[in-house]
Amino acid sequence: MSNNRGEFNSKINSRHRTSKLFELFCLSAVLLALVVLCVLLFSVISKAWGWVDVDFLTSHHSRKPEDAGIKAALWGSLWLILLTGLFSIPIGVGAALYLEEYSRKNRLTTFIQVNLSNLAGVPSIVYGILGLTVFARMFDMFPGEQQSVMTISLLITDLSIPLPFGPTLITGAMTLSLLILPVVIISSQESLRSVPPSLRHASLALGATEWQTIRSQVLPAALPGIATGVILSLSRAIGETAPLLMVGAASFITATPGGIDGMGDILTNPGSLLEVPFSKYTCMPMQIYNWVKFAKVEFQEYVTSAGIVVLLGVLLLMNATAVYIRMRFQNKIQW
Amino acid sequence: MNQPSQNSTKPESDSPGLKQSAPLEETANNDESTNASPKRSLVSGSNFDRSKPDNKNASTMIDVRDVNFYYGDVQALFNVNLTVPEKSVMALIGPSGCGKSTFLRTLNRMNDIIDGTRVEGTIKLENQNIYDPTIDVVALRSRVGMVFQKSTPFPKSIFDNIAFGPRLSGTTSKSKLTEIVERSLQQAALWDEVKDRLSDSAMALSGGQQQRLCIARTLATNPEVILMDEPASALDPASTARIEDLIFELRKQYTIVIVTHNMQQAARVSQYTAFFYQGRLIEVGPTKELFTNPTEKQTEDYITGRFG
Repeated sequence: MSNNRGEFNSKINSRHRTSKLFELFCLSAVLLALVVLCVLLFSVISKAWGWVDVDFLTSHHSRKPEDAGIKAALWGSLWLILLTGLFSIPIGVGAALYLEEYSRKNRLTTFIQVNLSNLAGVPSIVYGILGLTVFARMFDMFPGEQQSVMTISLLITDLSIPLPFGPTLITGAMTLSLLILPVVIISSQESLRSVPPSLRHASLALGATEWQTIRSQVLPAALPGIATGVILSLSRAIGETAPLLMVGAASFITATPGGIDGMGDILTNPGSLLEVPFSKYTCMPMQIYNWVKFAKVEFQEYVTSAGIVVLLGVLLLMNATAVYIRMRFQNKIQW
Repeated sequence: MNQPSQNSTKPESDSPGLKQSAPLEETANNDESTNASPKRSLVSGSNFDRSKPDNKNASTMIDVRDVNFYYGDVQALFNVNLTVPEKSVMALIGPSGCGKSTFLRTLNRMNDIIDGTRVEGTIKLENQNIYDPTIDVVALRSRVGMVFQKSTPFPKSIFDNIAFGPRLSGTTSKSKLTEIVERSLQQAALWDEVKDRLSDSAMALSGGQQQRLCIARTLATNPEVILMDEPASALDPASTARIEDLIFELRKQYTIVIVTHNMQQAARVSQYTAFFYQGRLIEVGPTKELFTNPTEKQTEDYITGRFG
């Protein structure tokens, strides 16, 4: 017996050593990531210091580095994300709800499921080409040099829709929506799946319809997860450059979409809201990408860094919103 | 003494007061591969009328005829015939996997939500076949409530939990809802414990309280039948006793079908007991008789603890 004990414990020191080594390895992985992040942030912020100010946010691009601002790109990015959210959230969450709550498992849904995962991995430039063909050019269905314009008369104003869409905000937003839809659907499905089936059964057994069950039990329970997935996807979309390059985000533009510079413009001229989706636009990653290509070293170094800081700031805000929504709704559900 | 359904294969078993079903042949040899034997379908026609509750004024609430149930290709229930008189408690007993829970869920069509399931036969609720294509499942489930093994309070307040059912059908009046919530909680013997904290989360209640909340929630939809799937199996003896007292009270107004693994519990709360084994209904009869004088060997083996 004591002999067995000895045999069992003979390697105990080396076992502890291995365990310690692995812990060290994990720790160094964390430290490495942290150091890289800090160096990156420090270099960007130190260069951008003094360049990011209110003027930078409220002026358009200029040939003089000290006058250059990110206004058009900032507004462009915000509108882009808003529209992308408007397109992708109902479609993405709706698709996830159908796949998880309504559809029965069969060959078709399995096929869809596999392809969703595949689509999530498709490089964004491919979506750019898709968006160019489908939205920007509309398969060249409208030939001729001139863009056709479809005018719809609304009560207060006329809505002019260029056909094909061309390099407008709506093209960009639709392309980005396609890009993030697979991820939105998959992450929404994940959070729907994490809702205990017993909740659905209890609701159905009380005589609730599918919709009543989804509306009052499933969605509230899954909402924090869905919101997190959606906002993280939108955060990815806001940093995308490649697909927007394809569908023609403008390099330099000195007008905000719809000419809206603030709440005041929306109040005085609500019709301008309708022009927003069909405006030419640029966005922050595009703007940064173009500044890098400038000859002047101030643009390459400082203006670019300032743009990156603004982009990171917007990203951080969005992620903070995700955290806030998550906490708020989790408190609302009284687990 | 009124009788629940019998599907006797023995015509001679009709002596008054002892009418257990006896699907003997195919269950006696424990042959799982045997499907519903032709003998039984012959029999159910001829002996069917006799097995109906014949005295007292209790009418039949649930009438199950020749029910077969399949999960995909696997048959889980074989030719079940059974009637449940109204305002009584019927206990379903049997070893794990014998089909008693599956059978319970056929009564409010909760099996419908499982992919690839199929039901044959008819189940009549007050003379209406609930598997008729014209039946609205949603309406059916508000008539046949269900309490699950694991208590499943919604992550909402106690009030909202109880009000959920009435709200589904469009009751919005606050005073009406308040009235329903109080009545349901009273009926479920929970009112005194929670009346001061109706807006607290239902998840904060103890396990036994949660289960009574689920019963109250079911009562709020004003059902005629309540199905209970091992409602006390996860509770301590004191909470179990309260649930059993509650079942005893509820019997005055509702028809109750309860699945239980606990034979003492079946003996305590039910008037009728049905014994399931390997997807077949082996024997059904007044609880007292089934426990003291079972006609089937398997029933006897099971209730004396020799298997299962």
